[in-house]
Amino acid sequence: MRLEAQPSSTEAPAVEAIDLAHTYAADGVPVHALDGVSLTVERGEVVAVMGPSGSGKSTLLFLLGGLDRPDSGKVLVNGTDWDTLKGPERARFRRRNCGFVVQGMALLPQATAAENVEVPLVLDEVEAGARAERVARILERVELAAEGVKLPDQLSGGQQQRVAIARALVSEPAVVLADEPTGNLDSATGQAVTRLLIEAASERGTAVVLVTHDPAVAAHAGRTVEIHSGHIATGRNASHAGAPE
Amino acid sequence: MTEIATTQPGGEGPRRPSPPGPAIEAKGLYHIYRETEVETVALRGAELTLEPASWTSLMGPSGSGKSTLIYVLAGLLEPSGGAVMIDHQDLTRLPPPERARARRRNIGLVMQRDNLHPLLDVAGNVALPLRLDGRAADEVRSRVDEVIDHVGLTPRRHHRAGQLSGGEAQRAAIALAVAPRPRVLLTDEPTGELDEGTAAGVLDLLEELRAEGTAILTVTHNSQVAERADRRPVMSDGEVTDAA
Repeated sequence: MRLEAQPSSTEAPAVEAIDLAHTYAADGVPVHALDGVSLTVERGEVVAVMGPSGSGKSTLLFLLGGLDRPDSGKVLVNGTDWDTLKGPERARFRRRNCGFVVQGMALLPQATAAENVEVPLVLDEVEAGARAERVARILERVELAAEGVKLPDQLSGGQQQRVAIARALVSEPAVVLADEPTGNLDSATGQAVTRLLIEAASERGTAVVLVTHDPAVAAHAGRTVEIHSGHIATGRNASHAGAPE
Repeated sequence: MTEIATTQPGGEGPRRPSPPGPAIEAKGLYHIYRETEVETVALRGAELTLEPASWTSLMGPSGSGKSTLIYVLAGLLEPSGGAVMIDHQDLTRLPPPERARARRRNIGLVMQRDNLHPLLDVAGNVALPLRLDGRAADEVRSRVDEVIDHVGLTPRRHHRAGQLSGGEAQRAAIALAVAPRPRVLLTDEPTGELDEGTAAGVLDLLEELRAEGTAILTVTHNSQVAERADRRPVMSDGEVTDAA
């Protein structure tokens, strides 16, 4: 079931960022993290965002997910402007429409893999029977059906990241926002995890915005945009993978 | 036998009938990890009994089997042999859904750091284990208030994890762990990220929980933690030896 306040959600792009500017202070010095960035991500599309450290990639992801507010410009997710949402309504909209695979939002270490995946459904007040069924289904999809009873500590890095992917997808959001999702993994594991994220998202019509500095990871996306010094520098299309028809 | 406490850990809520005897008892635990052709014996007949209202500090070198023992005690790993008795039931023999339920109700876990959901406030975090356990909304609300008050975080109940100090975050983590009124609280270096003064406050809170009936097990290398315990057994090569 989708949130009531979703105008034209079936036609709207998954994400629409319009002329975003964002400045923050580092050691008292203003940093123009984003300066006039626009980006549209269609439903089910996979877009990689690349650029050097400090180019504004992660800031963009936070703004897209409504975790921070731009100085100017706006972000629409699934047709709804973040500016129209306040407080608990904003949190609820985020839970239903945005999945995160973001550094610093690691798994709860004292909760099992299955409980970690279940948390967004608990917060959304999904009934217990339906929760168990959805958790089992998504854990099976990320090939962790037998690992649900384990703590993150008992899993490998690649398995932990697959739990994070399951947690991001279990609410069937409009978009998954992923920040260096393979940052701590070896190259082969990273490739496998990226493929799994994109395939599992595409099956559900979920768009993916993938912030990465790794061209091998970005190659899995349907389209790559590059950010330099707070501006989108280029956009290039890849023909071999990513967005569904 | 240790006397059973007259209040439940973490507050004055309705008392669950507590059977006499240990809070948890590990009997003759063996565990062998098999990876391709390599076998590692992590537990070799490990025995450990935690009485209600007791504090046990487990020490031992890396690779001695401490983590494996914690996983088995918490019902998170099926041992190759042996039993974990809680409430006259062998946790290791329960079917997985029942084992998960028994774990959620009987065992609280506090890890070294990051025990809190970053997008939830303290109250939302403390409510999580109760909601995962399917408790009614009224019960969740009253228990959350009670346990947050108990750990002294009522003024911070609407602060998110990132807005808490290290000591406050660990107090919130303890509140979360004891919200379902577990018999046993298992903690892994609970003050590992804290300065000495802040750590002392967290350890005082654990002492209060012990006094109220909780069996506490801390896995630690830290003498400040270990000296609070009643017993300090040592784990070595998969066995637990009582040192003092």
